[in-house]
Amino acid sequence: MTSHPLIRMLDRGSTLFLVLLGAFAIAIPVLNLLVPATSSLHVSTYLVALLGKYICYGLLALSIDLIWGYVGILSLGHGAFFALGGYAMGMYLMRQIGTRGVYADPILPDFMVFLNWKELPFFWYGFQNFGYAMFMVLFVPGLLAFVFGWFAFRSRVTGVYLSIITQALTYALLLGFFRNNFGFGGNNGLTDFKDILGFNIQADTTRNALLVISCLALGLCFLICRAIVTSKFGKVLVAIRDAEARTRFMGYRVESYKLFVFTVSACMAGVAGALYVPQVGIINPSEFAPANSIEAVIWVAVGGRGTLIGPVLGAFVVNYTKTFFTTGLLAPYWLFVLGGLFIGTTLFLPRGIVGAWAHWRAGVKEKSEAKRSAEAEDGMLPTRGSPSTQPGAAE
Amino acid sequence: MTDATYNSETTSALLYLNDISVSFDGFRALNELSFVIEPGEMRAIIGPNGAGKTTMMDVITGKTRPDTGDVFFEQGKYDLSTLDETEIATLGIGRKFQKPTVFEMHTVEDNLQLALKNDRGVKATLFWSSSPEQETRLDEVLETVRLKHLRHRIAGSLSHGQKQWLEIAMLLAQDPKLLLVDEPVAGMTDVETMQTAELLREINRTKSVVVVEHDMAFVRELGVKVTCLHEGSVLAEGSIDQVSANDRVVEVYLGR
Repeated sequence: MTSHPLIRMLDRGSTLFLVLLGAFAIAIPVLNLLVPATSSLHVSTYLVALLGKYICYGLLALSIDLIWGYVGILSLGHGAFFALGGYAMGMYLMRQIGTRGVYADPILPDFMVFLNWKELPFFWYGFQNFGYAMFMVLFVPGLLAFVFGWFAFRSRVTGVYLSIITQALTYALLLGFFRNNFGFGGNNGLTDFKDILGFNIQADTTRNALLVISCLALGLCFLICRAIVTSKFGKVLVAIRDAEARTRFMGYRVESYKLFVFTVSACMAGVAGALYVPQVGIINPSEFAPANSIEAVIWVAVGGRGTLIGPVLGAFVVNYTKTFFTTGLLAPYWLFVLGGLFIGTTLFLPRGIVGAWAHWRAGVKEKSEAKRSAEAEDGMLPTRGSPSTQPGAAE
Repeated sequence: MTDATYNSETTSALLYLNDISVSFDGFRALNELSFVIEPGEMRAIIGPNGAGKTTMMDVITGKTRPDTGDVFFEQGKYDLSTLDETEIATLGIGRKFQKPTVFEMHTVEDNLQLALKNDRGVKATLFWSSSPEQETRLDEVLETVRLKHLRHRIAGSLSHGQKQWLEIAMLLAQDPKLLLVDEPVAGMTDVETMQTAELLREINRTKSVVVVEHDMAFVRELGVKVTCLHEGSVLAEGSIDQVSANDRVVEVYLGR
């Protein structure tokens, strides 16, 4: 706790992660744009979009880890915040289509013309402005998380009950967004995007730029998470996770801590969703499906919760496996693989990939340190009380 | 009750409980319980299981609301029955649980750092950094509970007795006016028990303490006024010799 905040924030693992992320953000566009398609090193545009999508999933996983790994809030509805951020971005992209839509209405998106709506609903106002849309990407998920958390944490809803309510939350939104009269394109959602900030959304350069921006967002959010968890605030979070009542009796207002970090996490999930939508070209209510949120939790579990790096890795590993298993002959077995992965992780790798590795490393380090400190502790023993009263020192 | 001590307006007591009743599903955990702690006092509470000792602590710390009765702190200044756990902790009442509850994943130092008297707000902890005064205070507390050599150990790896001490240290770091200590020597060796008694006496020099304990040797070692609870109310009160000579106490608690 005494070292400089920056040093605490950027330990070896975090630095390595950021360096790798930076290298990834440079290498992929180079291999896609500058290396000729005939070369074996060339990365196809399809793969660029796919990897960009994974980065967004990584950011979603990171946001879940911040609350699950460090405060023990298991949100099974984080997909809702992801989707809301996605819808905010989708609304901006819809307004950019303008007269290029099927019905060529300069104001109304196609689905509204189709539904015979005469004017833009008020909640669509302002979304033609990129800055406003980006604000909403943070604001809408953040506000929902704040209001939801305010009620849930004040009433001290914890554990499995909270998880179930978050599931209900995302399911309720799923049903709402499915309705045509909700004003978000119903079943079909928002799609047929043309351009973003004037750049063609289908162009290779735009796709690469989106990948780089996603990496930047992931890196930035990672730093924010690190700053949070390495501060005293972060230690209070872990204290709440491990002994909530104790923390309360010590004078900490537990609900404020939970509310703050839950809202930050929801905003991050919103950013992930906003970056996801232009890269996949569509946002529809299925993003609210409870199963999506659960899948994201599996990424975190597989990667290792409470490690921040692990969940990003988990998102990549699980989604790569998913891409592999949902294309071709193996397609029918994906859900079995996913279930197996979750059970396997729980049974054999409860700390996840990164957690298990860190644990193994710590074990090795502790052994060598125990040897060195054994003598030092022996020297401390007789300072006060008799040796028999200090069982720990003799170990 | 017309007794002067049992008047919330004029009481000089640090902690003042009058006529407290608490029921859980028809079971009367506390039954018109009244007692007071004077400033600077140390009090030992004994009594059989189910006598209401822990419930009483729950009422004082805001975990349980009394059905009836008054709980006042600091000469009747604060009505504890209207405050929640966090507010009561901030007023200066620290509590040690029956089962040692330390933050297992944190180091001894971090456990104390979290407990040290400081602004507990979100913003304060987000942008917090240690100061020399804090470090001195931390050293003092570690010295008092004899855990200095274990400063960087993970709390989860401490022995049972050490965890109990760490928890007492955390209470000290909070710098409360009143410490509620629930079974501090459960599971300790005899030597550790005696050391804990010494430690509590040391703490009592500057703070008021309420200790709940079953270990009669320990209570005797403390040498303070004893209150025996039974079925949710006070059965006997006085010195350890008086209380242990009381027929009713022998009958329901000590055994013949």
